[in-house]
Amino acid sequence: MDFQVVVLAGGTSNKLLPLVSKEVPKPLLPVANRPVLSYVLELLELSNLKKIIVVVEGEEEALHVGGWISGAYVDRLNVEVAAVPEDVGTAGAIRAIAHHLTAEDILVVSGDLVSDVPPGAIAAAHRRHDAVVTAMLCPAPVSGSSESGSSGGKDKTKKVGRHDLIGLDPTTQFLLYIATGAELEKDVRIQKSILRAVGQMEIRTDLMDAHLYAFKRSVLLEVLDQKPTFRSLKQDVLPYLVRSQLRSEVLFNGAPQTEENGSEKVISQSNEQMLSQILSNATHPTFHQRYAMGPYCSASGGRTHKCCVYIAESSKYCARLNSIQAYSDINRDVIGEASHLSGYSFSAHNNIIHPSAELGAKTTVGPHCMLGEGSQMSDKCSVKRSVIGRHCRIGANVKIVNSIVMNHVTVGDGCSIQGSVICSNVQLQERVVLKDCQVGAGFVVTAGSEYKGEVLAKK
Amino acid sequence: MGAPKKSGVKVSEEAEELARVPLQAILLADSFTTKFRPITLERPKVLLPLVNVPMIDYTLAWLESAGVEEVFVFCCAHSKQVTSYLKKSEWLSQPNFTVSMIESHHSISAGDALRVIYERNVINGDFVLISGDTVSNMSLTQALQEHKERRKKDNDAIMTMVIKRSKPHPATHQTRLGTDELFMSIDPNTKQLLYYEEKADYAKGILHLDKSLLLDNPSISLHHDKQDCYIDICSPEVLTLFTDNFDYQHLRRHFVKGLLVDDIMGYKIFTHEIHSSYAARIDNFSSYGTVSKDIIHRWTYPLVPDVMFFGKSGTKLERQGMYRASEISQSHSAVVGPFTVLGSGTKIGDNSKISNSVIGQGCTIGSNVQIEGCYIWDNVTIEDDCELRHAIVCDGVTIKSGAVLEPGVVLSFKVVIGPEFVVPSYSKVSLFQQPIEEDSDEELEYADSTSAMNSLMDKYGAEAASQVLETQSSSASELGVGGAGYVWSKCDGGNEEEWRHSVAPIPADKIAEAMEILEDGLDYDGSILPPSGELKSDNDSDIDDIENPRDDSCFGKEVEATFLRLVHENIQEDHVILEVNSLKLSYNKSAADCAGAIFHAMMKYALEIPHSSAGSLVQNVDSILTTWRKLLTSYLAEIDEQIEVILKFEEMCLESAKEYAPLFTKILSIMYDKDIIGEEAVLSWEDEKREADEADKVFVKQAQTFIQWLREAPEEDDDEE
Repeated sequence: MDFQVVVLAGGTSNKLLPLVSKEVPKPLLPVANRPVLSYVLELLELSNLKKIIVVVEGEEEALHVGGWISGAYVDRLNVEVAAVPEDVGTAGAIRAIAHHLTAEDILVVSGDLVSDVPPGAIAAAHRRHDAVVTAMLCPAPVSGSSESGSSGGKDKTKKVGRHDLIGLDPTTQFLLYIATGAELEKDVRIQKSILRAVGQMEIRTDLMDAHLYAFKRSVLLEVLDQKPTFRSLKQDVLPYLVRSQLRSEVLFNGAPQTEENGSEKVISQSNEQMLSQILSNATHPTFHQRYAMGPYCSASGGRTHKCCVYIAESSKYCARLNSIQAYSDINRDVIGEASHLSGYSFSAHNNIIHPSAELGAKTTVGPHCMLGEGSQMSDKCSVKRSVIGRHCRIGANVKIVNSIVMNHVTVGDGCSIQGSVICSNVQLQERVVLKDCQVGAGFVVTAGSEYKGEVLAKK
Repeated sequence: MGAPKKSGVKVSEEAEELARVPLQAILLADSFTTKFRPITLERPKVLLPLVNVPMIDYTLAWLESAGVEEVFVFCCAHSKQVTSYLKKSEWLSQPNFTVSMIESHHSISAGDALRVIYERNVINGDFVLISGDTVSNMSLTQALQEHKERRKKDNDAIMTMVIKRSKPHPATHQTRLGTDELFMSIDPNTKQLLYYEEKADYAKGILHLDKSLLLDNPSISLHHDKQDCYIDICSPEVLTLFTDNFDYQHLRRHFVKGLLVDDIMGYKIFTHEIHSSYAARIDNFSSYGTVSKDIIHRWTYPLVPDVMFFGKSGTKLERQGMYRASEISQSHSAVVGPFTVLGSGTKIGDNSKISNSVIGQGCTIGSNVQIEGCYIWDNVTIEDDCELRHAIVCDGVTIKSGAVLEPGVVLSFKVVIGPEFVVPSYSKVSLFQQPIEEDSDEELEYADSTSAMNSLMDKYGAEAASQVLETQSSSASELGVGGAGYVWSKCDGGNEEEWRHSVAPIPADKIAEAMEILEDGLDYDGSILPPSGELKSDNDSDIDDIENPRDDSCFGKEVEATFLRLVHENIQEDHVILEVNSLKLSYNKSAADCAGAIFHAMMKYALEIPHSSAGSLVQNVDSILTTWRKLLTSYLAEIDEQIEVILKFEEMCLESAKEYAPLFTKILSIMYDKDIIGEEAVLSWEDEKREADEADKVFVKQAQTFIQWLREAPEEDDDEE
């Protein structure tokens, strides 16, 4: 398949502070002791999509990611790592690497996606419909509702984001309308012309945009070129393509009104011809064609393009690591109900304990837990639904529940860790009590301190 | 079904209870619209023949077959005619089917009708609400059962609406019944109606849905491909609601919308979609034609001409959809084409051709007559060599030889068309003069004119008509020699769109026109969409932000156009002020904006008048400012507005009209002399500019001497006083 994959891996996301840093950018954040990016890369590999460009924000971060990829996937995948400036947005990132894109279709996937939906299926649907864009939708998570409830209002963005508004045609193949959570604050505005063309449209609020898109390269680059203000694929490019489905020419006539000199106009006109040819070469009769070729509508023929969707089955797992809450949820899911994603084989106790890990007397590691290579636990410890990384040293009488402990962490005797994330090289002295905390890399928590719902990081 | 209550078994009590309440129906024998005028001036719509049978018979026949046991016929306009028809008919003597009349002469809408019925206190259970112009063969069983089950679970589910799939024409946005497109939103699981928009505004390309709808429902369906059949299964609460909300008039526009918007009472409306059975309401001439064809094509079986009611029909079905009644005398050379109905006692002369038409009883058709797609009622005389296409011809009409009816013509009762006369397309001809209506609003129209007219008509009825006929035929007619009748002008409400609601097929050029509008519409959609970038989630006020700059330039242009009209067309200044005021309100601008815009327009105009030198330009400005000083000063009451004018002038000098730059001070002083701006304004303008960039101060510096002079002037004034 002539598909090129762009993985937008991001960089040091503010939402994930203090978990991420220049050394551990978001793509390298461990999920069940594997960098989150590996989930996407392996998913792509399964679908035999091996031409991959990983886009990382920031030079230094890119070096780290590149180093890891060349170590892990050197002989398996054809991966290039490209660095883009920070804060260019998803659309800006594509713009920056546009010259690398050569294939006819581009699969753009967010590097923080943890899913088992085969990207090949999206690519195939895209080709089958000859669409301009195909977006993957997955059922909005309902299982995580209890957790998000306990987290209170801490994570509003995610909650709102679950209310993507998606308008589909009756065959649920075509995307007719899309609005993201923030736009839902206002009343919904729907173009009647689309509705007239399709007759019936179903608006769903129980679906979520999974940030996995297949684009026709020519169209994507054209739009990015014509609309320099577009920053985000999800919020600008995709809604734009959806809105302009039945009148592709608006893309050219309506857009460049702002200070444009003659030469640019000539270019955009030649582009217009090129693009309208691309847009009109559809092969399957869809509602767009029916609309265009209806008995009295011949005039509007060749002006349509198609936006399609691929809806993942509800049994599939699909989540994005875009907040701390999501990070905890995904870690728990990957060693819990979606354990097939982790790539590990679970023991009879439904947990993974590396053979080199050492457990002290009367120490119990419950189901849905993971203990990394070379970690040592002293006596009378208890671990429940948690991930513990490599080479950690954990003292006696330590309780770890619903938490993530990364690598090389030292935990003193009598500590209690609940619902927290402990980054690498952290030292917890004796009798530390943490509840719903995030501890940044290399931080030292002094003996006997108690924290609840706090962020602890080096200044 | 009786009431055998002997059994003490409690299990069957519920079922029994349902059975004991006879199913009732309210049949509105008045459409409360004027779409069938001029015909309905003389005969109520429900008695108009549809394939030679009055419409109300179709409705009653369906109600009877659907298991309704008690029907209340509500008559308003021409109530006498309706009652006397029903009394003569066999409907009153059917077993297990009672028909009672409710008359009211003061009702002007369906809402009023239902309020009257509520007062009578005759409805005691679920009922079917239907209009007397509905043709259907659907089975009510399933819809009724769904309705009852929903009601058992949820007492607020008070109405079930019957809908049917029907996709409007992509260009004209009309269904094949000639009704406007309808946007509905339905919950795909419960079939609850969530949104209903008829009478869609074609220009408005955006549908607004309340966000709460989407927050409450994980999934909703938007439909544009459904047609409202106007068959409703209602619970008694519907009547109560109409009584409580005395301003509800229209069933859909007020009642349905009212319920959907109101979330306090929480009443719910559900839909029931029918797939294979037929249901359609005759709303206008176009649906009259469509439903007639459907009947002839037997979609409405068993309500077709050869089966008909009580089995008394003498009509026989022949090949190619030909229906013939008895006693037809047809010349051997006459060709009666496919899908045509001939009523009894009709005579057809030599070489006449009839196709796709309905001919009533006792008609006389001469020779060499061409009839295509027409609906000809009873006792019509068509003389030789006439040509009729897609026309409706009422009882007793005479068409003299050689006359031509172009598509879409409606001839009301007893009209006479003179020989060789050509009746132009879409004309409506009646013996009655068109009532003069000041009010084109449909709702109010029938409030005053129709009911008054109707009651008058009821009283005088036939005599009046015949009198009119006599006076008419004696005078020279606008319908050719010996013609009788008035051609109604097409002025009243929305009739420039005659072709939309006519029996004639929509002409190709109209479709092409509509296509163009459609394409414009698409482009229009594009223009109101925010152009770029602003869809970012953090920018909530995107639309307003984008529209404002557009508004600004629009407003300026509008004001300028208004001013130029004042100049060129000699409009009174007061009127212009009025116009600018209305622009100000509609664009939500301040007086300062108006002043700025007017001033801008004036200066621009001064620049356009040919001038040889800077001096003559100043003179131009002077004369313009003198002439229309009042216009400008009416917006300059406050000092802020005067400052705005100065700023605007400054801006012009810098950008659009650089010719003014060297003349800035001169014109400023002219304006001061004419009291257009006061000295305070000039001084505070200078004040404002003090902190500005050097580049912005060019004009302040230029005007420095003038300002200096102003500073000193007040003392002089004081001295003089």
